[in-house]
Amino acid sequence: MSPVTVGRVAAAVYKESVRDRVPLSMVFFAGVLIAASIFLSQLSAGQDVKIVKDLGLATMNLIGLLISVFVGTGLVAKEIERRSIYAVLSKPVTRSTYLLGKYCGLLLTLASNLAAMAVALYLVLGYFAIATPLPANSTRPPHVDPWLLLPLALLFVQLMVTTAAALFFSTFSGPLLTVLFTLAFWVAGHFGGDLRDYGRVVDSPIAAGVARALYYLLPNFGGLDVKNEVVHGAALDAAAITAAVAAAVTYAVALLGAAAAVFERRDLK
Amino acid sequence: MLAIETDALSKDYLVGFWRPRPYRALHDLTLAVEHGDIFGFLGPNGAGKSTAIKLLMQLVFPTSGQARILGQPLGDLAVKRRIGFLPENPSFYDYLSAEELLTYFAGLFGIPAAERAARVASVLDRVGLGAERRSRLRSYSKGMVQRVGIAQALINEPDVVFFDEPMSGLDPIGRREIRQLMLDLRARGTTVFFSSHILSDAEALCSQVAIVAQGRLVATGKVSELLSEDQHGWEVVVDGLPATALPQVGARARACTLVHDGRHLLEFAPGDPAELVRLMTEAGGRIVSLHAQRETLEAFFVRRVAAAAVRGAAEP
Repeated sequence: MSPVTVGRVAAAVYKESVRDRVPLSMVFFAGVLIAASIFLSQLSAGQDVKIVKDLGLATMNLIGLLISVFVGTGLVAKEIERRSIYAVLSKPVTRSTYLLGKYCGLLLTLASNLAAMAVALYLVLGYFAIATPLPANSTRPPHVDPWLLLPLALLFVQLMVTTAAALFFSTFSGPLLTVLFTLAFWVAGHFGGDLRDYGRVVDSPIAAGVARALYYLLPNFGGLDVKNEVVHGAALDAAAITAAVAAAVTYAVALLGAAAAVFERRDLK
Repeated sequence: MLAIETDALSKDYLVGFWRPRPYRALHDLTLAVEHGDIFGFLGPNGAGKSTAIKLLMQLVFPTSGQARILGQPLGDLAVKRRIGFLPENPSFYDYLSAEELLTYFAGLFGIPAAERAARVASVLDRVGLGAERRSRLRSYSKGMVQRVGIAQALINEPDVVFFDEPMSGLDPIGRREIRQLMLDLRARGTTVFFSSHILSDAEALCSQVAIVAQGRLVATGKVSELLSEDQHGWEVVVDGLPATALPQVGARARACTLVHDGRHLLEFAPGDPAELVRLMTEAGGRIVSLHAQRETLEAFFVRRVAAAAVRGAAEP
């Protein structure tokens, strides 16, 4: 596998997807939503900046997920459906290289879009820092809080796994099923704790066993969600976050490996 | 060494959702394509032409049999560097321009950055794409996309190029330009393998053809050899035949038609053409043209495909 070829495929994906109106309109929508939080925050005296931060991070979460699922689906499933993949795979490119290039290109797109949304959020927070500065002796987190970048970075890690899942599903199913599978994967990934503890609330050992198996099979995005802690200035568990990141990266690599194995022998009819 | 060779290449697809069963799209295809030929791969819609090309491109994998391109097994990256491919009804990336797409593909071939711009401009010129090369592909007509498809197949100056229905979507001028382009490629030593069901293109271009129907090879060989055995007479156009000579000449001909002012079209049974020339000259006529009446590729194709359909229907 040639890293140069991976880079070339990734660059083409990036160029194509940043020009596509779908992710652009999503980022625009996120910008509008973040700006609108200025007005929403007026409804809750004293909590305005918290609301802006909460709403901003939640919006970025949603938009990131949508880009990951819908653009990720288009990476392979739509290329097969539209048959644009034929010309690329007739070039001196292995299927695994193509797949990895697609993946890296979408991660680059996601990173750019998250960065654009982060700039929008910080601009709004900057406005609050000027309009309603914190008292000098305040124990609250600062308005323009650099720690907000941590939940953003962890969101990116979640999206790495979700995009790898979208790619994996698209190697053996059509665009619609890939979207459904990936959304289900994302939702299930946020209920890891519930799956783990399911055995405590049900009597059926089979149901408890299935839930436990799913808990081990699916990623646990709970450990990568520190929005509340950062917004409220709570303490963070560095070791737990590091472990969650390592597990997520391992999971993404495993998904990519599985996707490559399936895709290598797939007939592209 | 042959440019392309296939040996009993077969492909089954699974059809049916609840109870999938194999459907044989291609049966034991054995072909040999010489270097520098324009090889026409002909057949009606659904005959298995695209399946065969997809097998050669490793987009689908054979159920049985094998194939080699330039003496190497399929999928070899070194061979892929030397081949070009135009898919049927090609589709590319909506938000890239033709220039950007070709620059991307040139990069995949490892063409040095310094050469890419010139190479891209050169192939786009060859397929007749003008200033619109900088517009995004989503704004292109079907014919323009087809031209981009042909250009991308030539970006690496391939030794062997596969065109799947290259004339699709092109107007008559475009078709003539692509025919000329294929002849130019052959003149440079490139092997051109193209699938089509437009037989006039094949007849005008190909040194060899293969005809497939219902997934089976029904005929292959040089066009001249396939059709020569079916020659069924001579056609002579002659000017100035005196009225007095007409009964004598007409008696020898199978048909005699007055075309216009003193020009006659005469059809003769197979025989020595020198004797016909002598007959016309002695009768006082001036020969304008003398053609062997042969079955056209179209008639040959229709006959073979119909026979294959009858055989297919008779099989259990």
